[in-house]
Amino acid sequence: MVFLENIWLVPLLPAFGATLMFFFGRKLQKQTVSIVCVGTVALAFVVSCGAVWQYVHNYAGGQPFEKVMYTWLGSDTGHLNYTTKDGFPAEFKAQVGFLLDPLSSIWLLFVTGVGMLIHIYSIGYMAHEGGYYRFFGYLNLFMFAMLTLILANNYTQLFVGWEGVGLCSYLLIGFYFHRKSASDAANKAFIVNRIGDAGFLLGMFTIAWSMGSVRFTDVNAMARSGHYLIGDPVLTAAAVLLFVGACGKSAQLPLYIWLPDAMEGPTPVSALIHAATMVTAGVYMVARSNAVFVLAPAAMKTVAIVGALTAIFAASIGLVQNDIKRVLAYSTVSQLGYMFLALGVGAFAAGVFHVFTHAFFKALLFLGAGSVIHAMSGEQDMRNMGDLSHRTPTTHTTMLIATLAIAGIPGFAGFFSKDEILWQTWSSEQGAYIWLWVIGFLTAGLTSFYMFRLMFLTFHGHPRMSHEVEHHIHESPKSMTVPLIILAFFSIFSGWMSWPHSLGGNDRLMKFVEPVFAREASVLQEQGKAAQLAAGEKEEQHTSSTEYLLMLLSVGAAVVGGGMAWTFYRHADKGYAEPLEVSAKPLYTVLYNKWYVDEGYDYLLTGRRKLGGVRLGTLGLGDASAWFDVHVIDGVVNGAGWSTRTVATISRWWDTWIIDGIGVNGPAILARMLSYPFRLFEWGLVQWYALVMVAGLLGFVFYYAWR
Amino acid sequence: MVPITTLHYLVVAAALFVLGIIGVLTRRNVVIVLMSVELILNAVNLNLVAFSRIWGLHGQVFAIFVITDAAAEAAVGLGILIAFFRNKETVNVDEVDLLKW
Repeated sequence: MVFLENIWLVPLLPAFGATLMFFFGRKLQKQTVSIVCVGTVALAFVVSCGAVWQYVHNYAGGQPFEKVMYTWLGSDTGHLNYTTKDGFPAEFKAQVGFLLDPLSSIWLLFVTGVGMLIHIYSIGYMAHEGGYYRFFGYLNLFMFAMLTLILANNYTQLFVGWEGVGLCSYLLIGFYFHRKSASDAANKAFIVNRIGDAGFLLGMFTIAWSMGSVRFTDVNAMARSGHYLIGDPVLTAAAVLLFVGACGKSAQLPLYIWLPDAMEGPTPVSALIHAATMVTAGVYMVARSNAVFVLAPAAMKTVAIVGALTAIFAASIGLVQNDIKRVLAYSTVSQLGYMFLALGVGAFAAGVFHVFTHAFFKALLFLGAGSVIHAMSGEQDMRNMGDLSHRTPTTHTTMLIATLAIAGIPGFAGFFSKDEILWQTWSSEQGAYIWLWVIGFLTAGLTSFYMFRLMFLTFHGHPRMSHEVEHHIHESPKSMTVPLIILAFFSIFSGWMSWPHSLGGNDRLMKFVEPVFAREASVLQEQGKAAQLAAGEKEEQHTSSTEYLLMLLSVGAAVVGGGMAWTFYRHADKGYAEPLEVSAKPLYTVLYNKWYVDEGYDYLLTGRRKLGGVRLGTLGLGDASAWFDVHVIDGVVNGAGWSTRTVATISRWWDTWIIDGIGVNGPAILARMLSYPFRLFEWGLVQWYALVMVAGLLGFVFYYAWR
Repeated sequence: MVPITTLHYLVVAAALFVLGIIGVLTRRNVVIVLMSVELILNAVNLNLVAFSRIWGLHGQVFAIFVITDAAAEAAVGLGILIAFFRNKETVNVDEVDLLKW
């Protein structure tokens, strides 16, 4: 039990690496940086493997292993006490704890495993780049945050990891921060994620309010206790809000817009964060909250519909993009849509299975694309590629395997998981999901088309690059090709871990995860039966012949998609024609411009573009606020100033003329006027006064003398 | 030889008095004015002494008082004059007009 007991080492090892990089990285040799950062992740991988091994052998039936380290938020002081919706006293309490069950086991393995391979790949890819230690520090920090997210035993700790991966995503998208487009993309990712995060926070609080706890085991126990009715409005709100969070992190409609732009980051980052691990955090969170979602059929339906729409929407954009990484980005969005479709129809295990296989083949595709870009001296436009297959053979072979996997060709990983999703969508007993199956089926065809288009444009046809670039084409170093080969191996065999029952397998991986969702599956089935009985339908038995037929259909779609790509792009030469552009120019324009969603958001939400001379959205709100400020607030301020000045003017006039004039100066003037005659006597010559005295004296003398 | 009567004294005193008045009223120098005031006082003293021939010694006693008073008055007057000279650097009476409005 040594690994299981010390599972806290798993996130802390990369955290240690990151800390080392941030404090001393600048002074370290590149070699030291590589050893430290790759070493910590490799160690984390080893510990994870050991922990999962011990878990599988000691806990049966999906019993979770939980290890609480300490209470992080909340204590016995009673400061965080509150009353739940139903009037029970509760305490907000978040622990730092680690929860290992089949669900987190799977995530733990592929995050550390794929993460380690991408770390190794980065040694080669980033060898000639500046900021080497910074890059690896961020990657290690990301691993820490992602593992915190996966191993959290409550929503609050999950949110810490959730924000942590968002931060690392921001830092790594903006890794080339001197490029405006990169820093803009980083901002976009961060801001769009912020919207989702707000939803997640509100959802978390709603759950805490409704259930009195944010701990997964408590929440699950409460949700399964039968205390809540199916369709409970508060839980529905909580589930929808959580799904908003998932939409942000996992790039679903309408918040997917940041993911294609996130391709500004270095390619290993795109592989690790924006394809294999971080973007599946939303899927993880919804799967983790399955007990809540099952009680909210409306939320489930929302998840399924949003997932399906995202799948086909992103795939349609991916058809015509020319940037190799952008095609893969839209492909990622589309595949995430599949995962949510699976979750939404109640096939949680199938969704998790697809996350698992997708992590390998999509990481491989991105790393392969990175290898291609490396070979092409930084060129990302597929129009300037072609005929690389024999110049970069390893990259070509491994990417071909990944393409076959994502296209759903039997025998490769994607076939098993995608088919499981489509089959579950079709057979889901909640009914009315046939249309979602149709969307998923069409998306499978589109996926195959755009992936083979990418392959043919990149590796086949005529070379379309400049001679300068062509001269430099070379296969990537071992540190890059070895991860590709390992991932290629898993792109085939990760699917075999859950060889479907209908093909004589035993669904091993899905059986492993299913206990986590077991109760939910039964609830869903009852709901489905109730719905069907209400609709007066008889229970339909889906035979395995239907399953074979659907399998054949989706494989057919994949083959048709691939075949069309083969027809159109096999011989692509300079100035080749896009078949869609030739046949349906308006549709091509719309798809090429990504359905004008960014523009629409600019018109409606950000306000960077004016709609008929009026600015809407955030900037519009800013303009309106500015107008309000200038005209109303400042008007009031100026009005107050003006009235004060007017009052002051009147007051001054009154003071000058009435108070000073009449009241004060008036008596003075009067006194001066009255005193004027008397003043005339005051000559200021003392001898005159004496003369007057003498004259007076003489006057008296003469008066008395003559009297 | 005409005997010197009281009237003679009175005439001399009156002449002294008039001389004093004229000095006070006409001279600009304060020192001269003060000296003229002394003349006036002495004219009075002469009158007092002259009348004491007729009515006894009271007049002479009074004259002694006046002399004393004149000494005090001269001292005070000259003191004021020196203080004034320090301010205005003049002893002319027509330039003493600091209190004029």
